[in-house]
Formats: sequence, C-alpha cells, structure tokens
Amino acid sequence: MRAKTLSIKENILGANAEKAEINRKLLDSHDILMVNIMSSSGSGKTSLIIRTIDELKHKYRIAVIKGDIASSIDTDKITRQNVPAVQINTAGGCHLDAQMIRKALDTLDLDRTDLIFIENVGNLVCTADFDLGAHKNAVILSVPEGDDKPYKYPVMFVEADVVLVNKIDVLPYFDFRLDTFPEIISGLNPSAKVIPVSAKTGEGLDRWFTWIEERLR
Amino acid sequence: MHEQSIVESLLTLALEKAEKANACKIVSVNLVVGDYTGVMEDAVDFYFSFLSKDTIAAGAKINYTHVPGQLRCRDCDFLFPLQKHDYRCPKCEGKRVEIVGGRELYIENMEVE
Repeated sequence: MRAKTLSIKENILGANAEKAEINRKLLDSHDILMVNIMSSSGSGKTSLIIRTIDELKHKYRIAVIKGDIASSIDTDKITRQNVPAVQINTAGGCHLDAQMIRKALDTLDLDRTDLIFIENVGNLVCTADFDLGAHKNAVILSVPEGDDKPYKYPVMFVEADVVLVNKIDVLPYFDFRLDTFPEIISGLNPSAKVIPVSAKTGEGLDRWFTWIEERLR
Repeated sequence: MHEQSIVESLLTLALEKAEKANACKIVSVNLVVGDYTGVMEDAVDFYFSFLSKDTIAAGAKINYTHVPGQLRCRDCDFLFPLQKHDYRCPKCEGKRVEIVGGRELYIENMEVE
C-alpha cells in the first residue's frame, strides 16, 4: 500500500485540556472554587492545607483531592480535620490529570461544597503541564529548596496565580534571598502574587487566607 | 514518569487520526517537543513500543524535533535563550520576560500506509 503523510499539528495534551474545561464548567455550575496546589515533595502542601482548613472550615464547606504516588498518609491527616478527602493514587505517575480529577469530583457532594483544594503530586517538573480544571494554581516553594527554582522550572511559575514561599521561619539558616525573589517571579509572571508564609508558626498565613477568601466571594 | 501518560495520549491521538484516514499502518510519527516539557526520548520510545503492541502503530518510528527554550523580552521584544540563573535580557537588561518557545508538545505529521 502507498505511504502518505497525514498533517496533524495537534497538541498531545489537547484531550486532557478538553476534559479540564468540562471539570471547570461542572464546578462553576455548583459555584465551587477549585485551587490546584503544586510544589516539590516536602515543601509543605499538606501542612498548608491543614492550616487553611482549620482557619476556613467554619465559614466554607471544604473538600480536598489529594494525589500521591502511593499511600494515604496525608489523606488520613486531612480526614482528621473532618472534611471530605479523596485520595488518588497515581501508581507511579508523577502528576494528576483531568480525568482523575473528574472521577474524584464524582465522589464528592458538590451541592454541599464551596472550596476544593487539589494537592498535586510533589513534583515541579510536569504537574503544571496538565490542566485539571482548577480555577487557580498555587505553587509552594520552601526556603530550603532555594530561590533559583524559577530558573530551573519556569513553567511551574508561569502557570502560578500565587507563589507561597513556605518555611520562612528557617530563613536565617539558608541562602534564600526573600528580598529579591518577588522580582524574579514578577519578571516571569507579572500577575502572580508572592506570599511568604510559615505553615509551622502561622506567620504570613493571613495574607494567604485573604487571597483565598477574595476569590470565594 | 510522565512519559507514560504522554505516550497514552500520543497513541490515542495517532490512532484516531490514522483511523479517520482509513490507514492500516502507522509507519512513523513526527513529534515536536519543547525543552521545557522535560519529555525524554528514550522513555517515550520505551512506552510507545510497549503500549502500541497490538495496534496499527506497532513498530512505528518516532522522530523528534526539539524546540529550545526561548524567552522574549517584554521591554524590547528581543528573543534569547534561557540563561542559567538569569532572565535578564542580554540586549536591554530588562527583567520582564515571556516564554515563547520550549513548551511545544504536538504531532506535526505522521507517515501512514
């Protein structure tokens, strides 16, 4: 049979992007804000989410979708906060995708939910390439990781609506230049807000809570 | 390894397009990959050979065109590659940049029979 060339020019992740859009519309129809939290492993996603639930659960109905390569250790911690938590084990996969989120959303009572946090798999490389249907992306970078990460993983920071610099309580012990860091982010992504916080001491968290609440109204 | 899910999507798209064109075999797939996607050729080849078994894409060769990361200065429009540990525009020293190359991940075309 004769060979021929088919012109395609289609993005490989196009199908994921379409499913993400369907997720977003579903959430909009229930008036839910979904925030996708991304960071490397160990930067404080779970601690930040637990702190945020503590602060906001009396005002808003919160649920958490949590991706992990294996285990449910973090989800168990979140369930102790008495909010619905859905665990997605990616079985080795390093990111969540829109289809996984759809399945998780189907297990939640969306009529009784105001705010959903997605805790993505700990990974700065590819999580930002997969639109999940969230309304906002929050990226956490912790002080011990260093302030050069936006140069190494620019895509993550380009996709961020807010960048939380976590663990500022240990700033004296690391070379993280918090004074110049916001300029690096704004150069790459002028609309992203930088909020320095410590999920441990609570410092700076008020600004993060305000950021969330402003988007819930 | 994000290559596995990327190859699953790649294969789904390739098979769908081949079926529409009434092809009975996919000979090669020409893939455009930006450097920022972090997609590794060896890993894509590995998952592709595994996942395409028992499909008309079995044995197809994947050819890669890499697109380097490129920044555009928001102040003077100058295009330049990402420097290590600096986004500063080499021409005007501006610090506000936009990523204009390196995020590509698409099938340019494919050879079918």
